[in-house]
Amino acid sequence: MNEHDTLGERLAQQGISRRSFLKFCAALASMMALPPGAASAIAETLIKTKRPSVIWLSFQECTGCTESLTRSDTPTLENMIFNMISLDYHHTLQAASGYGAEKSREDAMKEFYGKYLLLVDGSIPLKDGGIYSTIAGRTNLDLLQEVAKGAAAIVAVGTCASFGGIPEARPNPTGAVPVSDIIKDKPIINVSGCPPIPVVITGVLAHYLTFGELPALDDLGRPKSFYGQSIHDRCYRRPFYDQGKFAKTFDDEGARNGWCLFELGCKGPITHNACATTKWNGGTSFPIESGHGCLGCSEPHFWDGGSFYAPLSTPTSPLNLATDAVVAGAAIGAGITIANRMKKNAAKSEHQTATVADLEK
Amino acid sequence: MDQDLFLTWVRSTGLNIALSIFVLGMLWRLFEIYTLGRKPDLAVPRRVAGASGLRTMFRRSLISPRTYGSSALGYIAGYVFHIGLAIVVLLFAQHIKLIQSITGLSWPSLPAQFIDAAAVVTLATMLLVLVDRISTPVKRFLSTFQDYAAWALTFLPVLTGYLVTKHLLLPYTTMLALHILSAELLLIFLPFTKLIHVFTLWGSRWYNGDVNARKGVAT
Repeated sequence: MNEHDTLGERLAQQGISRRSFLKFCAALASMMALPPGAASAIAETLIKTKRPSVIWLSFQECTGCTESLTRSDTPTLENMIFNMISLDYHHTLQAASGYGAEKSREDAMKEFYGKYLLLVDGSIPLKDGGIYSTIAGRTNLDLLQEVAKGAAAIVAVGTCASFGGIPEARPNPTGAVPVSDIIKDKPIINVSGCPPIPVVITGVLAHYLTFGELPALDDLGRPKSFYGQSIHDRCYRRPFYDQGKFAKTFDDEGARNGWCLFELGCKGPITHNACATTKWNGGTSFPIESGHGCLGCSEPHFWDGGSFYAPLSTPTSPLNLATDAVVAGAAIGAGITIANRMKKNAAKSEHQTATVADLEK
Repeated sequence: MDQDLFLTWVRSTGLNIALSIFVLGMLWRLFEIYTLGRKPDLAVPRRVAGASGLRTMFRRSLISPRTYGSSALGYIAGYVFHIGLAIVVLLFAQHIKLIQSITGLSWPSLPAQFIDAAAVVTLATMLLVLVDRISTPVKRFLSTFQDYAAWALTFLPVLTGYLVTKHLLLPYTTMLALHILSAELLLIFLPFTKLIHVFTLWGSRWYNGDVNARKGVAT
Protein backbone atom coordinates (compact mmCIF):
# COMPACT_ATOMS: atom_id res chain seq x y z
CA MET A 1 0.00 0.00 0.00
CA ASN A 2 1.41 3.38 -1.02
CA GLU A 3 1.49 6.52 1.09
CA HIS A 4 -1.83 8.24 0.44
CA ASP A 5 -2.11 11.23 -1.86
CA THR A 6 -3.11 14.62 -0.51
CA LEU A 7 -6.69 15.82 -0.32
CA GLY A 8 -5.86 18.60 -2.80
CA GLU A 9 -4.65 16.11 -5.38
CA ARG A 10 -7.71 13.95 -4.85
CA LEU A 11 -10.06 16.92 -5.24
CA ALA A 12 -8.26 18.06 -8.39
CA GLN A 13 -8.60 14.56 -9.86
CA GLN A 14 -12.34 14.68 -9.27
CA GLY A 15 -12.73 18.15 -10.74
CA ILE A 16 -13.93 19.77 -7.51
CA SER A 17 -13.22 23.49 -7.71
CA ARG A 18 -11.37 25.43 -5.04
CA ARG A 19 -14.46 27.61 -4.69
CA SER A 20 -16.69 24.61 -3.81
CA PHE A 21 -14.06 23.38 -1.41
CA LEU A 22 -13.84 26.76 0.32
CA LYS A 23 -17.63 26.81 0.66
CA PHE A 24 -17.47 23.38 2.28
CA CYS A 25 -14.77 24.59 4.70
CA ALA A 26 -16.76 27.73 5.56
CA ALA A 27 -19.81 25.59 6.31
CA LEU A 28 -17.77 23.30 8.54
CA ALA A 29 -16.16 26.22 10.37
CA SER A 30 -19.52 27.83 11.09
CA MET A 31 -21.08 24.56 12.21
CA MET A 32 -18.27 24.02 14.67
CA ALA A 33 -18.62 27.60 15.91
CA LEU A 34 -15.07 28.47 14.84
CA PRO A 35 -14.15 32.08 13.98
CA PRO A 36 -14.69 33.09 10.31
CA GLY A 37 -10.93 33.10 9.66
CA ALA A 38 -10.80 29.42 10.50
CA ALA A 39 -12.46 28.51 7.19
CA SER A 40 -9.42 29.44 5.15
CA ALA A 41 -7.13 27.83 7.72
CA ILE A 42 -9.11 24.62 7.41
CA ALA A 43 -8.95 24.83 3.63
CA GLU A 44 -5.19 25.49 3.52
CA THR A 45 -4.45 22.67 5.94
CA LEU A 46 -6.79 20.12 4.43
CA ILE A 47 -5.58 20.75 0.91
CA LYS A 48 -2.02 19.78 1.91
CA THR A 49 -3.02 17.01 4.29
CA LYS A 50 -2.30 13.47 3.30
CA ARG A 51 -5.48 11.48 3.59
CA PRO A 52 -5.22 9.52 6.81
CA SER A 53 -5.88 5.83 6.93
CA VAL A 54 -9.16 4.99 8.62
CA ILE A 55 -10.16 1.59 9.93
CA TRP A 56 -13.84 1.21 10.62
CA LEU A 57 -14.88 -1.62 12.93
CA SER A 58 -18.52 -2.65 13.18
CA PHE A 59 -19.53 -4.54 16.28
CA GLN A 60 -22.99 -5.09 17.82
CA GLU A 61 -24.86 -2.66 15.59
CA CYS A 62 -27.56 -2.47 12.95
CA THR A 63 -25.52 -0.73 10.22
CA GLY A 64 -27.83 2.25 10.63
CA CYS A 65 -24.85 4.50 11.27
CA THR A 66 -23.25 3.51 7.98
CA GLU A 67 -26.60 3.78 6.22
CA SER A 68 -27.00 7.26 7.62
CA LEU A 69 -23.62 8.34 6.29
CA THR A 70 -23.82 6.75 2.88
CA ARG A 71 -27.43 7.56 2.12
CA SER A 72 -27.17 11.14 3.18
CA ASP A 73 -28.78 13.59 0.80
CA THR A 74 -25.89 16.00 1.02
CA PRO A 75 -23.48 14.29 -1.36
CA THR A 76 -21.20 17.26 -1.83
CA LEU A 77 -20.45 17.19 1.89
CA GLU A 78 -20.54 13.47 2.49
CA ASN A 79 -18.47 12.56 -0.57
CA MET A 80 -15.85 14.70 1.08
CA ILE A 81 -15.63 12.28 3.94
CA PHE A 82 -14.55 9.57 1.62
CA ASN A 83 -12.22 11.90 -0.22
CA MET A 84 -10.67 13.30 2.92
CA ILE A 85 -9.82 9.91 4.30
CA SER A 86 -8.62 6.57 3.02
CA LEU A 87 -11.15 4.08 4.29
CA ASP A 88 -8.96 0.97 4.41
CA TYR A 89 -11.36 -1.36 6.21
CA HIS A 90 -15.14 -1.29 6.48
CA HIS A 91 -17.26 -4.45 6.34
CA THR A 92 -20.19 -2.95 4.56
CA LEU A 93 -18.45 -0.69 2.11
CA GLN A 94 -15.34 -2.65 1.13
CA ALA A 95 -15.31 -4.93 -1.89
CA ALA A 96 -12.95 -7.48 -0.37
CA SER A 97 -14.20 -10.23 1.88
CA GLY A 98 -12.82 -13.02 4.03
CA TYR A 99 -9.05 -13.25 4.37
CA GLY A 100 -8.57 -10.43 1.83
CA ALA A 101 -10.60 -8.06 3.95
CA GLU A 102 -8.73 -8.90 7.12
CA LYS A 103 -5.41 -8.55 5.28
CA SER A 104 -6.27 -5.01 4.18
CA ARG A 105 -6.89 -4.13 7.83
CA GLU A 106 -3.64 -5.73 8.95
CA ASP A 107 -1.68 -3.97 6.18
CA ALA A 108 -3.16 -0.59 7.09
CA MET A 109 -2.41 -1.17 10.76
CA LYS A 110 1.21 -2.05 9.99
CA GLU A 111 1.89 0.76 7.53
CA PHE A 112 0.18 3.56 9.46
CA TYR A 113 0.85 2.32 12.98
CA GLY A 114 0.28 5.13 15.46
CA LYS A 115 -1.25 7.35 12.78
CA TYR A 116 -4.48 5.77 11.61
CA LEU A 117 -7.91 6.73 12.87
CA LEU A 118 -10.15 4.04 14.29
CA LEU A 119 -13.88 4.47 13.79
CA VAL A 120 -16.10 2.08 15.72
CA ASP A 121 -19.83 1.57 15.48
CA GLY A 122 -21.67 -0.89 17.69
CA SER A 123 -21.14 -1.96 21.27
CA ILE A 124 -18.83 -4.70 22.49
CA PRO A 125 -20.29 -7.79 24.23
CA LEU A 126 -18.28 -8.99 27.23
CA LYS A 127 -20.53 -11.69 28.66
CA ASP A 128 -19.46 -15.33 28.27
CA GLY A 129 -16.07 -14.34 26.90
CA GLY A 130 -17.56 -12.00 24.29
CA ILE A 131 -18.82 -14.84 22.08
CA TYR A 132 -22.00 -13.02 21.09
CA SER A 133 -20.33 -11.09 18.30
CA THR A 134 -17.29 -12.26 16.38
CA ILE A 135 -15.54 -11.25 13.16
CA ALA A 136 -13.32 -13.73 11.33
CA GLY A 137 -13.59 -15.98 14.38
CA ARG A 138 -12.34 -13.32 16.80
CA THR A 139 -14.37 -11.59 19.44
CA ASN A 140 -15.12 -7.88 19.14
CA LEU A 141 -13.19 -7.30 22.35
CA ASP A 142 -10.07 -8.98 20.96
CA LEU A 143 -10.28 -7.08 17.68
CA LEU A 144 -10.90 -3.72 19.31
CA GLN A 145 -7.98 -4.09 21.70
CA GLU A 146 -5.64 -5.06 18.86
CA VAL A 147 -6.67 -2.30 16.46
CA ALA A 148 -6.90 0.38 19.15
CA LYS A 149 -3.22 -0.17 20.07
CA GLY A 150 -1.90 1.52 16.93
CA ALA A 151 -4.66 4.12 16.53
CA ALA A 152 -3.94 7.84 16.84
CA ALA A 153 -7.50 8.40 18.03
CA ILE A 154 -10.81 6.61 18.17
CA VAL A 155 -14.16 7.91 17.01
CA ALA A 156 -17.10 6.03 18.52
CA VAL A 157 -19.80 6.41 15.89
CA GLY A 158 -23.37 6.11 17.10
CA THR A 159 -24.93 5.58 20.50
CA CYS A 160 -24.00 1.87 20.70
CA ALA A 161 -20.26 2.55 20.41
CA SER A 162 -20.51 5.72 22.51
CA PHE A 163 -22.72 4.53 25.38
CA GLY A 164 -23.75 0.91 24.71
CA GLY A 165 -27.01 1.85 22.99
CA ILE A 166 -29.76 -0.67 22.35
CA PRO A 167 -27.61 -3.82 22.93
CA GLU A 168 -26.80 -2.44 26.39
CA ALA A 169 -30.50 -1.82 27.23
CA ARG A 170 -31.94 -3.85 30.11
CA PRO A 171 -31.48 -6.75 30.58
CA ASN A 172 -28.33 -6.40 28.45
CA PRO A 173 -28.15 -10.11 27.57
CA THR A 174 -24.74 -9.90 25.91
CA GLY A 175 -23.05 -7.74 28.57
CA ALA A 176 -22.60 -4.97 25.98
CA VAL A 177 -20.34 -2.02 26.82
CA PRO A 178 -19.22 1.09 24.92
CA VAL A 179 -15.70 1.59 23.52
CA SER A 180 -14.74 3.91 26.38
CA ASP A 181 -15.28 1.10 28.92
CA ILE A 182 -12.52 -0.93 27.28
CA ILE A 183 -10.00 1.49 25.81
CA LYS A 184 -8.57 3.87 28.39
CA ASP A 185 -5.27 5.02 26.88
CA LYS A 186 -6.40 6.62 23.60
CA PRO A 187 -8.29 9.80 22.86
CA ILE A 188 -11.91 8.82 22.21
CA ILE A 189 -14.55 11.05 20.72
CA ASN A 190 -18.17 10.00 21.01
CA VAL A 191 -20.40 10.89 18.08
CA SER A 192 -23.64 9.61 19.53
CA GLY A 193 -27.04 9.37 17.89
CA CYS A 194 -29.13 6.56 16.54
CA PRO A 195 -27.90 7.20 13.93
CA PRO A 196 -25.59 10.21 14.30
CA ILE A 197 -25.86 13.19 11.97
CA PRO A 198 -23.53 12.65 8.98
CA VAL A 199 -22.11 16.16 9.05
CA VAL A 200 -21.04 15.69 12.66
CA ILE A 201 -18.64 12.96 11.51
CA THR A 202 -17.38 15.21 8.71
CA GLY A 203 -16.89 18.06 11.15
CA VAL A 204 -14.99 15.94 13.66
CA LEU A 205 -12.70 14.49 10.99
CA ALA A 206 -12.05 17.92 9.43
CA HIS A 207 -11.25 19.32 12.85
CA TYR A 208 -8.84 16.49 13.56
CA LEU A 209 -7.11 16.82 10.19
CA THR A 210 -6.85 20.61 10.43
CA PHE A 211 -5.76 21.08 13.99
CA GLY A 212 -4.20 17.68 14.67
CA GLU A 213 -6.31 17.24 17.77
CA LEU A 214 -9.84 16.38 18.77
CA PRO A 215 -12.35 19.20 19.23
CA ALA A 216 -13.48 20.30 22.71
CA LEU A 217 -15.63 17.59 24.26
CA ASP A 218 -18.45 17.62 26.80
CA ASP A 219 -18.50 15.45 29.92
CA LEU A 220 -19.75 12.51 27.85
CA GLY A 221 -16.90 12.81 25.35
CA ARG A 222 -19.02 14.41 22.61
CA PRO A 223 -17.88 17.43 20.54
CA LYS A 224 -19.32 20.49 22.24
CA SER A 225 -19.82 22.28 18.94
CA PHE A 226 -22.53 19.78 18.01
CA TYR A 227 -23.73 18.50 21.39
CA GLY A 228 -23.34 21.67 23.45
CA GLN A 229 -27.03 22.51 23.43
CA SER A 230 -30.16 20.49 23.89
CA ILE A 231 -32.72 19.87 21.17
CA HIS A 232 -35.16 21.82 23.35
CA ASP A 233 -32.80 24.84 23.49
CA ARG A 234 -32.76 25.15 19.70
CA CYS A 235 -36.22 23.81 18.93
CA TYR A 236 -38.39 26.04 16.74
CA ARG A 237 -41.39 24.91 18.87
CA ARG A 238 -39.75 26.23 22.03
CA PRO A 239 -41.87 29.43 22.14
CA PHE A 240 -44.97 27.23 22.45
CA TYR A 241 -43.40 25.40 25.38
CA ASP A 242 -42.72 28.76 27.02
CA GLN A 243 -46.32 29.81 26.41
CA GLY A 244 -47.65 26.52 27.78
CA LYS A 245 -49.18 25.52 24.43
CA PHE A 246 -48.96 21.76 24.03
CA ALA A 247 -50.27 19.29 21.47
CA LYS A 248 -52.34 16.70 23.37
CA THR A 249 -52.54 14.14 20.58
CA PHE A 250 -50.76 13.73 17.27
CA ASP A 251 -53.80 14.93 15.41
CA ASP A 252 -55.38 17.70 17.45
CA GLU A 253 -55.49 21.39 16.72
CA GLY A 254 -52.33 21.95 18.76
CA ALA A 255 -50.43 19.40 16.70
CA ARG A 256 -51.67 21.02 13.50
CA ASN A 257 -50.60 24.43 14.81
CA GLY A 258 -47.12 23.09 15.51
CA TRP A 259 -47.34 23.41 19.30
CA CYS A 260 -44.84 21.84 21.68
CA LEU A 261 -44.72 18.02 21.79
CA PHE A 262 -43.62 17.76 25.45
CA GLU A 263 -46.89 16.17 26.55
CA LEU A 264 -46.58 13.60 23.77
CA GLY A 265 -43.30 12.40 25.24
CA CYS A 266 -40.70 14.60 23.52
CA LYS A 267 -37.28 14.09 25.15
CA GLY A 268 -35.82 17.26 23.61
CA PRO A 269 -35.09 18.90 26.99
CA ILE A 270 -32.73 16.12 28.07
CA THR A 271 -31.19 15.42 24.67
CA HIS A 272 -28.04 17.03 23.38
CA ASN A 273 -27.58 16.93 19.63
CA ALA A 274 -27.51 19.18 16.59
CA CYS A 275 -30.69 17.89 14.89
CA ALA A 276 -32.57 21.15 15.43
CA THR A 277 -29.84 23.16 13.68
CA THR A 278 -28.18 20.95 11.06
CA LYS A 279 -31.34 18.88 10.46
CA TRP A 280 -31.57 15.71 8.38
CA ASN A 281 -31.96 14.71 4.74
CA GLY A 282 -30.03 17.58 3.33
CA GLY A 283 -31.41 20.11 5.77
CA THR A 284 -35.03 19.18 5.05
CA SER A 285 -36.27 18.69 8.59
CA PHE A 286 -35.75 16.82 11.83
CA PRO A 287 -38.12 14.55 13.79
CA ILE A 288 -39.86 17.31 15.75
CA GLU A 289 -40.43 19.25 12.55
CA SER A 290 -42.10 16.13 11.16
CA GLY A 291 -44.50 16.10 14.09
CA HIS A 292 -42.92 13.47 16.34
CA GLY A 293 -41.20 14.09 19.66
CA CYS A 294 -37.47 13.57 20.12
CA LEU A 295 -36.59 10.04 21.34
CA GLY A 296 -33.40 11.19 23.03
CA CYS A 297 -31.29 8.80 20.93
CA SER A 298 -27.98 10.58 21.47
CA GLU A 299 -28.13 10.16 25.27
CA PRO A 300 -26.91 7.20 27.34
CA HIS A 301 -29.61 4.66 28.32
CA PHE A 302 -32.23 6.31 26.10
CA TRP A 303 -33.85 2.93 25.52
CA ASP A 304 -34.44 2.39 29.24
CA GLY A 305 -35.95 5.82 29.96
CA GLY A 306 -39.57 4.64 29.74
CA SER A 307 -42.03 5.04 26.89
CA PHE A 308 -41.12 7.38 24.05
CA TYR A 309 -44.67 8.72 24.45
CA ALA A 310 -44.58 9.34 28.23
CA PRO A 311 -43.95 13.00 29.14
CA LEU A 312 -40.74 13.58 31.09
CA SER A 313 -42.73 14.56 34.17
CA THR A 314 -44.53 11.21 34.38
CA PRO A 315 -43.39 7.81 35.71
CA THR A 316 -41.29 5.69 33.35
CA SER A 317 -43.12 2.55 34.41
CA PRO A 318 -46.48 1.77 36.01
CA LEU A 319 -46.47 2.23 39.79
CA ASN A 320 -46.58 -1.11 41.54
CA LEU A 321 -45.96 -0.67 45.26
CA ALA A 322 -49.06 1.39 46.08
CA THR A 323 -51.37 -1.55 46.85
CA ASP A 324 -48.95 -2.97 49.38
CA ALA A 325 -48.62 0.51 50.86
CA VAL A 326 -52.41 0.84 51.28
CA VAL A 327 -52.56 -2.49 53.09
CA ALA A 328 -49.50 -1.74 55.23
CA GLY A 329 -50.70 1.80 56.06
CA ALA A 330 -54.15 0.57 57.05
CA ALA A 331 -52.61 -2.26 59.10
CA ILE A 332 -50.24 0.03 60.99
CA GLY A 333 -53.07 2.54 61.56
CA ALA A 334 -55.34 -0.22 62.85
CA GLY A 335 -52.55 -1.56 65.07
CA ILE A 336 -51.94 1.84 66.62
CA THR A 337 -55.68 2.34 67.07
CA ILE A 338 -55.92 -0.92 69.00
CA ALA A 339 -52.88 0.02 71.10
CA ASN A 340 -54.39 3.45 71.87
CA ARG A 341 -57.74 1.91 72.83
CA MET A 342 -56.04 -0.60 75.11
CA LYS A 343 -54.10 2.19 76.76
CA LYS A 344 -57.28 4.17 77.30
CA ASN A 345 -59.15 1.19 78.67
CA ALA A 346 -56.28 0.35 81.00
CA ALA A 347 -56.24 3.92 82.29
CA LYS A 348 -60.01 3.77 82.74
CA SER A 349 -59.92 0.53 84.71
CA GLU A 350 -57.14 1.80 86.93
CA HIS A 351 -59.08 4.95 87.64
CA GLN A 352 -60.09 5.20 91.29
CA THR A 353 -63.05 7.28 92.26
CA ALA A 354 -62.21 9.87 94.86
CA THR A 355 -64.85 10.87 97.39
CA VAL A 356 -65.06 14.03 99.45
CA ALA A 357 -64.03 11.96 102.43
CA ASP A 358 -60.85 10.92 100.62
CA LEU A 359 -59.99 14.50 99.90
CA GLU A 360 -60.44 15.54 103.49
CA LYS A 361 -58.09 12.93 104.82
CA MET B 1 -24.93 6.59 38.17
CA ASP B 2 -24.98 9.09 35.32
CA GLN B 3 -27.60 11.80 35.03
CA ASP B 4 -29.83 9.87 32.62
CA LEU B 5 -29.94 6.83 34.92
CA PHE B 6 -30.56 9.16 37.87
CA LEU B 7 -33.54 10.72 36.08
CA THR B 8 -34.92 7.31 35.12
CA TRP B 9 -34.53 6.14 38.73
CA VAL B 10 -36.45 9.08 40.21
CA ARG B 11 -39.15 8.62 37.56
CA SER B 12 -39.56 4.91 38.37
CA THR B 13 -38.16 3.30 41.53
CA GLY B 14 -37.81 6.58 43.42
CA LEU B 15 -41.37 7.63 42.64
CA ASN B 16 -42.67 4.19 43.59
CA ILE B 17 -40.90 4.32 46.95
CA ALA B 18 -41.96 7.90 47.69
CA LEU B 19 -45.60 7.40 46.72
CA SER B 20 -45.80 4.16 48.67
CA ILE B 21 -44.37 5.74 51.82
CA PHE B 22 -46.71 8.69 51.32
CA VAL B 23 -49.81 6.48 50.97
CA LEU B 24 -48.69 4.27 53.84
CA GLY B 25 -47.92 7.25 56.07
CA MET B 26 -51.14 9.10 55.29
CA LEU B 27 -53.32 6.08 55.99
CA TRP B 28 -51.41 5.36 59.17
CA ARG B 29 -51.65 8.93 60.47
CA LEU B 30 -55.25 9.63 59.44
CA PHE B 31 -56.38 6.28 60.82
CA GLU B 32 -54.53 7.03 64.05
CA ILE B 33 -55.87 10.57 64.39
CA TYR B 34 -59.51 9.88 63.55
CA THR B 35 -59.80 6.76 65.68
CA LEU B 36 -58.38 8.39 68.81
CA GLY B 37 -61.87 9.28 69.91
CA ARG B 38 -62.90 11.53 72.75
CA LYS B 39 -64.53 10.85 76.06
CA PRO B 40 -68.29 11.26 75.82
CA ASP B 41 -69.26 14.80 76.77
CA LEU B 42 -71.89 14.30 79.45
CA ALA B 43 -72.64 17.98 79.88
CA VAL B 44 -75.77 19.42 78.32
CA PRO B 45 -74.74 21.32 75.19
CA ARG B 46 -75.00 25.09 75.64
CA ARG B 47 -76.14 25.38 72.08
CA VAL B 48 -77.15 22.70 69.67
CA ALA B 49 -74.17 22.29 67.39
CA GLY B 50 -75.19 23.40 63.96
CA ALA B 51 -72.95 24.70 61.22
CA SER B 52 -70.40 26.03 63.66
CA GLY B 53 -67.86 23.42 62.60
CA LEU B 54 -68.34 24.15 58.93
CA ARG B 55 -68.24 27.90 59.50
CA THR B 56 -65.04 27.63 61.49
CA MET B 57 -63.40 25.80 58.60
CA PHE B 58 -63.66 29.03 56.60
CA ARG B 59 -63.68 31.66 59.35
CA ARG B 60 -60.19 30.63 60.43
CA SER B 61 -58.92 31.63 57.00
CA LEU B 62 -60.12 35.20 57.43
CA ILE B 63 -57.81 37.86 58.72
CA SER B 64 -58.49 38.82 62.31
CA PRO B 65 -58.31 42.62 62.69
CA ARG B 66 -57.12 42.22 66.28
CA THR B 67 -54.00 40.26 65.39
CA TYR B 68 -53.37 41.65 61.90
CA GLY B 69 -51.43 44.66 63.17
CA SER B 70 -48.87 42.61 65.02
CA SER B 71 -48.32 39.96 62.35
CA ALA B 72 -49.21 41.49 59.01
CA LEU B 73 -46.24 39.82 57.36
CA GLY B 74 -47.31 36.40 58.60
CA TYR B 75 -50.81 36.91 57.22
CA ILE B 76 -49.88 38.36 53.84
CA ALA B 77 -46.79 36.27 53.11
CA GLY B 78 -48.56 33.19 54.44
CA TYR B 79 -51.46 33.72 52.08
CA VAL B 80 -49.25 34.56 49.11
CA PHE B 81 -46.98 31.57 49.35
CA HIS B 82 -49.79 29.10 49.98
CA ILE B 83 -51.72 30.36 46.97
CA GLY B 84 -48.49 30.46 44.95
CA LEU B 85 -47.75 26.86 45.89
CA ALA B 86 -51.24 25.76 44.92
CA ILE B 87 -50.90 27.45 41.51
CA VAL B 88 -47.46 26.02 40.83
CA VAL B 89 -48.28 22.52 41.99
CA LEU B 90 -51.78 22.17 40.56
CA LEU B 91 -51.89 24.34 37.45
CA PHE B 92 -48.55 23.62 35.74
CA ALA B 93 -49.05 21.48 32.61
CA GLN B 94 -46.28 19.01 33.45
CA HIS B 95 -47.65 18.47 36.98
CA ILE B 96 -51.17 17.91 35.66
CA LYS B 97 -49.69 15.32 33.29
CA LEU B 98 -48.12 13.55 36.27
CA ILE B 99 -51.36 13.62 38.29
CA GLN B 100 -53.24 12.37 35.24
CA SER B 101 -50.79 9.50 34.73
CA ILE B 102 -51.35 8.37 38.33
CA THR B 103 -55.02 9.16 38.97
CA GLY B 104 -56.53 9.66 35.52
CA LEU B 105 -57.77 13.12 36.51
CA SER B 106 -56.81 16.20 34.53
CA TRP B 107 -57.80 19.83 34.14
CA PRO B 108 -56.67 22.86 32.11
CA SER B 109 -53.24 24.36 32.84
CA LEU B 110 -52.00 27.93 33.07
CA PRO B 111 -49.45 29.34 30.60
CA ALA B 112 -45.86 28.85 31.73
CA GLN B 113 -45.31 32.61 32.29
CA PHE B 114 -47.99 32.65 35.00
CA ILE B 115 -46.42 29.62 36.62
CA ASP B 116 -42.99 31.27 36.45
CA ALA B 117 -44.32 34.41 38.10
CA ALA B 118 -46.13 32.39 40.78
CA ALA B 119 -42.94 30.42 41.47
CA VAL B 120 -40.83 33.58 41.85
CA VAL B 121 -43.39 35.17 44.17
CA THR B 122 -43.66 31.93 46.17
CA LEU B 123 -39.90 31.65 46.54
CA ALA B 124 -39.56 35.29 47.57
CA THR B 125 -42.33 35.11 50.17
CA MET B 126 -41.02 31.84 51.53
CA LEU B 127 -37.63 33.46 52.04
CA LEU B 128 -39.39 36.38 53.70
CA VAL B 129 -41.23 34.15 56.18
CA LEU B 130 -37.97 32.35 56.94
CA VAL B 131 -36.21 35.64 57.66
CA ASP B 132 -39.17 36.69 59.79
CA ARG B 133 -39.06 33.40 61.69
CA ILE B 134 -35.35 33.83 62.42
CA SER B 135 -35.39 37.56 63.17
CA THR B 136 -38.48 37.68 65.40
CA PRO B 137 -37.37 36.55 68.88
CA VAL B 138 -40.67 34.90 69.81
CA LYS B 139 -40.96 32.99 66.54
CA ARG B 140 -37.31 31.96 66.76
CA PHE B 141 -37.87 30.72 70.33
CA LEU B 142 -40.90 28.69 69.28
CA SER B 143 -39.23 27.20 66.20
CA THR B 144 -37.90 23.69 66.28
CA PHE B 145 -35.76 21.74 63.84
CA GLN B 146 -38.91 20.35 62.30
CA ASP B 147 -40.14 23.83 61.38
CA TYR B 148 -36.97 24.57 59.44
CA ALA B 149 -36.99 21.09 57.87
CA ALA B 150 -40.61 21.52 56.76
CA TRP B 151 -39.71 24.89 55.25
CA ALA B 152 -36.74 23.40 53.35
CA LEU B 153 -38.79 20.40 52.15
CA THR B 154 -41.35 22.81 50.68
CA PHE B 155 -38.88 25.37 49.37
CA LEU B 156 -36.55 22.98 47.51
CA PRO B 157 -39.07 21.54 45.02
CA VAL B 158 -40.17 25.07 44.06
CA LEU B 159 -36.58 26.28 43.73
CA THR B 160 -35.36 23.29 41.70
CA GLY B 161 -38.55 23.41 39.63
CA TYR B 162 -37.90 27.03 38.73
CA LEU B 163 -34.23 26.31 37.94
CA VAL B 164 -35.14 23.38 35.72
CA THR B 165 -37.67 25.30 33.64
CA LYS B 166 -35.20 28.16 33.24
CA HIS B 167 -32.26 25.82 32.50
CA LEU B 168 -30.15 27.34 35.25
CA LEU B 169 -27.22 26.17 37.40
CA LEU B 170 -27.08 22.49 36.38
CA PRO B 171 -27.75 20.54 33.17
CA TYR B 172 -31.49 20.15 32.57
CA THR B 173 -31.43 16.38 33.08
CA THR B 174 -29.68 16.58 36.48
CA MET B 175 -31.82 19.48 37.64
CA LEU B 176 -35.04 17.74 36.58
CA ALA B 177 -33.94 14.62 38.46
CA LEU B 178 -33.13 16.74 41.55
CA HIS B 179 -36.50 18.48 41.27
CA ILE B 180 -38.37 15.18 41.15
CA LEU B 181 -36.22 13.83 43.99
CA SER B 182 -36.94 16.89 46.16
CA ALA B 183 -40.69 16.46 45.54
CA GLU B 184 -40.34 12.79 46.47
CA LEU B 185 -38.63 13.75 49.73
CA LEU B 186 -41.53 16.10 50.43
CA LEU B 187 -43.99 13.25 49.81
CA ILE B 188 -42.04 10.93 52.11
CA PHE B 189 -41.87 13.35 55.04
CA LEU B 190 -45.29 14.98 54.62
CA PRO B 191 -47.29 12.44 56.65
CA PHE B 192 -44.81 12.46 59.53
CA THR B 193 -44.27 16.21 60.00
CA LYS B 194 -46.35 19.34 60.46
CA LEU B 195 -46.78 19.33 56.70
CA ILE B 196 -49.63 16.87 57.26
CA HIS B 197 -51.75 19.99 57.84
CA VAL B 198 -52.42 19.85 54.09
CA PHE B 199 -54.87 17.08 54.95
CA THR B 200 -55.74 17.57 58.61
CA LEU B 201 -56.39 21.30 58.42
CA TRP B 202 -60.11 21.08 57.58
CA GLY B 203 -60.88 18.25 59.94
CA SER B 204 -59.27 19.94 62.95
CA ARG B 205 -60.97 23.24 62.21
CA TRP B 206 -64.34 21.56 62.00
CA TYR B 207 -63.70 19.76 65.29
CA ASN B 208 -62.70 22.95 67.10
CA GLY B 209 -65.72 24.84 65.78
CA ASP B 210 -68.04 22.03 66.74
CA VAL B 211 -66.65 21.61 70.25
CA ASN B 212 -66.73 25.34 70.87
CA ALA B 213 -70.37 25.47 69.83
CA ARG B 214 -71.21 22.79 72.39
CA LYS B 215 -69.50 24.93 74.98
CA GLY B 216 -71.55 27.93 74.00
CA VAL B 217 -69.10 29.84 71.85
CA ALA B 218 -70.39 28.98 68.42
CA THR B 219 -68.74 30.61 65.45
